[in-house]
Amino acid sequence: MAKKVEFMMGNYAVAEGALYAGCKFFGGYPITPSTEIAERMAERLPQVGGRFIQMEDEIAAMASVIGASIAGAKALTATSGPGFSLKQENIGYAMLCEIPCVIVDVMRGGPSTGMPTGPSQSDIMQAKWGTHGDHPVIAVTPASVQEQFDETVRAFNLAEKYRCPVFILTDSIIGQMMEQLVIPEPGELEVIERPMPDCKPEEYLPFDMDKDFVPLAPFGSGYRYHITGLHHASDGFPTNDPVLHTKNTVRLIERLNKNYDDIVKVEEFMTDDAEVLVFAIGVTARSAKHAVVEARNQGIKAGLVRPLTIWPFPEKHLEKLLSKNTVKGIVVPEMNLGQMTFEVQRVAKGRCGVEGLYSLMLDPILPGEILEKIRRFV
Amino acid sequence: MAYDYAKYLRKGKLPHIWCAGCTYGIVLKSLIRAIDSLQWDKNDVAIVSGIGCASRLPGYVDFNTLHTTHGRSIAFATGVKLANPNLKVLAMGGDGDMTAIGGNHFIHACRRNIDMTVFVFNNNIYGMTGAQYSPTTPKGAWATTSPYGMSENNFTITDLAIGAGATFVARTTAYHVAHCEKTMKEAFQHKGLSVVEIINACPTGFGRKNKFKTPTSMLLWMKDSAVNVEKAKNMSQEELAGKFTIGVLHKIEKPEYIETYDATVGLKK
Repeated sequence: MAKKVEFMMGNYAVAEGALYAGCKFFGGYPITPSTEIAERMAERLPQVGGRFIQMEDEIAAMASVIGASIAGAKALTATSGPGFSLKQENIGYAMLCEIPCVIVDVMRGGPSTGMPTGPSQSDIMQAKWGTHGDHPVIAVTPASVQEQFDETVRAFNLAEKYRCPVFILTDSIIGQMMEQLVIPEPGELEVIERPMPDCKPEEYLPFDMDKDFVPLAPFGSGYRYHITGLHHASDGFPTNDPVLHTKNTVRLIERLNKNYDDIVKVEEFMTDDAEVLVFAIGVTARSAKHAVVEARNQGIKAGLVRPLTIWPFPEKHLEKLLSKNTVKGIVVPEMNLGQMTFEVQRVAKGRCGVEGLYSLMLDPILPGEILEKIRRFV
Repeated sequence: MAYDYAKYLRKGKLPHIWCAGCTYGIVLKSLIRAIDSLQWDKNDVAIVSGIGCASRLPGYVDFNTLHTTHGRSIAFATGVKLANPNLKVLAMGGDGDMTAIGGNHFIHACRRNIDMTVFVFNNNIYGMTGAQYSPTTPKGAWATTSPYGMSENNFTITDLAIGAGATFVARTTAYHVAHCEKTMKEAFQHKGLSVVEIINACPTGFGRKNKFKTPTSMLLWMKDSAVNVEKAKNMSQEELAGKFTIGVLHKIEKPEYIETYDATVGLKK
């Protein structure tokens, strides 16, 4: 049978990816440039037995998603800069209470109301540090309409597998462009379903600190327990014990660190012998690829490192390339004033030059601009 | 024989955190009796709360319980109910939690008419943070953030709920324990969103500095000030001055949200 091929908007592809992954709930609040995700879900969810609700604000939208997940549904919300800011308190709740859910942030320029219709990549640090306290973060960064679909499926899988919220960091160019999308057959992409606990309900410890992973039993399944946004012990009840607080926080962070290889996905292009690397995500990586090809045409050994997971930061990948001691410099083009560059500098530890290429001009950074930076290292 | 509350309590989680003289324990008992009288399966009940003294209640009862962020209980509860409409969902919180930080969620829940019950435990003060004024603190009353007396106008929660479109609105008090239980039961049986305001006493935060010398004096104030809504119909404005009504204040039939949604979008489960 022929593959189902569509010409589709990136935001719609997120919605379709979510449905493929088994999403049954969307709670949202309209905000440009993410709104098409909500609109598509409003139309499509009932067709697959799910429900959509437009909540009264961003905070409520995030809260409803967490509630739906606790009741057993794979749940999605989508927003943009200011909405992402508003969601942060409840995102922190989902982090601490280990609630699987997916949050799309179609990045736009900020701070504040900022640039509603302009693309941006300026929420990289908000994704990492937006909510207070220490916690792990997974954020995926698609760069095409096809990846909007595929990475959304992966985001749901990661959410279920590691029992945590997962961000999709995209931007208004990728979100609103139209490209070819090949929709996979059912079963073609892996879809991870939420496991049920196999212990007796009275023995269930929903936050067992001595285990790497405990299934989240849905409310109504016969496993009665307590969830609180207070720091809690293994049984879910509040504790002020600083030792337990430390143990649990470290456990959550280590859960992701230990699974770096499963979570962190990076596309490397012509990096084997590269002397100059370009490190870029999303729409910027598309320009960067052109720049690398052009540099190679000019005899410059350039390569592209394109993270599809920006959090956890792909430092093992970078480390491997840098340990060869052949890299003279790394160019980091990004549509902000250097959020990702700081991280690359941190990993580079002075072993090579790291040059940021920043733009707030609301247009993609062009291949020529990136090439010019590459040339400075040779 | 004494009433057996034990089967609904999480015994390992007691004693509770509430101050001596606080009335939340009384309300908790009414809640247990109301649920028990309906013979609900414990697995089918989800209790969702926000932040504050009142919002600690779910921790003590053996249901599916969810202690959320400040003011957001109704929004969390909405997601729970939409994902699993078979659950009996109760959202609860104090007056500040529900009508200040959670005010937006409260009014929109009233408008939507999802089949769940919202309890507002009204003790006219922020108790847990140490007696700051709330949207229901009476004019002139002392609070740590109104040391010269409350100068803002206050909400009447039940009027707010009715104005926002709630289909069942009632008020009761912690003093009137049997009435409290009966009102809760009626709210649970209502199809659609039911709002129950429960007048409570915070002797530590409110009473002590507002001329209620003892916890008992606050209960006596409830006893003396509450007028049954039926009786109030035959009373003059003068007779009702300084009093408040208790009972079912508003009850109408309107299509329930999830049923309407499912029918509108052609959703077949």
